[in-house]
Amino acid sequence: MEETKSLVQIKGLRDGLLISLDDAPWEEQHAALIAQVDAQPAFFQGARLALDVATQVLHVNELVELRDQLSDRGIFLWAVMSESPTTEQTAQLLGLATRISKPRPEETRKFSVDDLGEETALFLNRTLRSGTRIEFPGHVVVLGDVNPGAEIIAEGNIIIWGRLRGMVHAGSNGNANAAVCALDLSPTQLRIADEVATNLRPHEPPQPEMARINEDGTLESEIWSPDR
Amino acid sequence: MPAQVLTITSGKGGVGKTTAVANLAVALAMEGSKVVCIDGDIGLRNLDVILGLENRIVYDIVDVIEGRCRLKQAMIRDKKLPELYLIPAAQTRDKSAVSANDMTRLMKELRSECDFVLIDSPAGIERGFRNAIAGADRVLVVTNPEVSAVRDADRVIGILEAEEKGPASLILNRLNPTLVKSKDMLSPEDVLDLLAIELIGIVPEDENVIIASNRGAPVAYDAKSKAGQAFRNIAKRLKGETVPFLDLEAQDGLWDRIQRLAGRK
Repeated sequence: MEETKSLVQIKGLRDGLLISLDDAPWEEQHAALIAQVDAQPAFFQGARLALDVATQVLHVNELVELRDQLSDRGIFLWAVMSESPTTEQTAQLLGLATRISKPRPEETRKFSVDDLGEETALFLNRTLRSGTRIEFPGHVVVLGDVNPGAEIIAEGNIIIWGRLRGMVHAGSNGNANAAVCALDLSPTQLRIADEVATNLRPHEPPQPEMARINEDGTLESEIWSPDR
Repeated sequence: MPAQVLTITSGKGGVGKTTAVANLAVALAMEGSKVVCIDGDIGLRNLDVILGLENRIVYDIVDVIEGRCRLKQAMIRDKKLPELYLIPAAQTRDKSAVSANDMTRLMKELRSECDFVLIDSPAGIERGFRNAIAGADRVLVVTNPEVSAVRDADRVIGILEAEEKGPASLILNRLNPTLVKSKDMLSPEDVLDLLAIELIGIVPEDENVIIASNRGAPVAYDAKSKAGQAFRNIAKRLKGETVPFLDLEAQDGLWDRIQRLAGRK
């Protein structure tokens, strides 16, 4: 039991539990977690669980197994946080949250282009297929396509070196200076800050395009041209 | 040589997974391979019906897994093809009766028994689907040229990539060349453009498929049916032969476009 305790740390959140796992092989962590749950079934019954797996690299089958086992015990796993990009991707694929939302600040921050300059970007070197959801508190760059049914929500700009056919939201916490660029801009839906556009049509042949909010406050897109 | 385990899946229901499994199994067995097909849709079995073997079922896959019978006892021999076997699903149980480990173990045992194992995956991306892909060497994704079916196929391919199941291959089922020509249906190009995986076959829409399925004699037996020919061609490609794609509509150049698509990886 001593060992179990050192592997699994449980903390109460406002709306559920946060379990942090120490560095150990996944089999041990997994077993320790289930043992912990089975030791106090009444405590865990009906819990909303967020799991912090630190640097653990997890694939779909491992997370699905855990999710099923937890759900058999009446526990709802809604978030998996990790420093490993693989694990984050897995969690996103399964529709799990990868961050516990922090309480909103009282005052909405005023953004400027300069603000964005200091932030980091998430680089994704792959095609985002249906069911993938990427949320990032900075810019997102994709080298690949964004297929219908995939979503990107970024606080900064979104740049797609490929076809954009899914849903994207740039400047997701109110930054109207954010932009969305794609080689073929034909999203299911495109949002920048609080503006929504659903009428963007693909061009034949596709042309690089950038969407942003203009001075009048309307969301519009412009085809890139070498002349300007 | 150990068997190749192929799982046929789709995400969306009703696109023709079971029909594809039955026809590929028949076509492979006609080519002289020893084939075992497994109905992975526990609780909603119908591969046995399409193969016309419903009345021969004594034991099913859950009986094998739970040790009530030996593997050989649950393998139902086909009426016409002596090298074709079916392991049926249980009708009175659900997906939780089988785990991914059970499937992997079963595949291990089957690999030495035959040349091909074909697993018919249930629709969806839940447990039954996970079980069906657990022991697979290769996954074939079936889709129709419809936006919703392609969307679900895309999701499934994403999961297969995340599971590191190797690149999936695509069967485009129920293509209607006339509708493609009039731009009322997604073309093979549109579908491949989005899914970006290898195309292993295009099966044209053909009413003989439904007639044959209802008779319990898959269309692959029908020498005149184009869909039957398409399935026989896929079987040959699975055995490593190079077979040109069917000439579905020569006059409008669809043929050329399909050939071009087949050439790209």
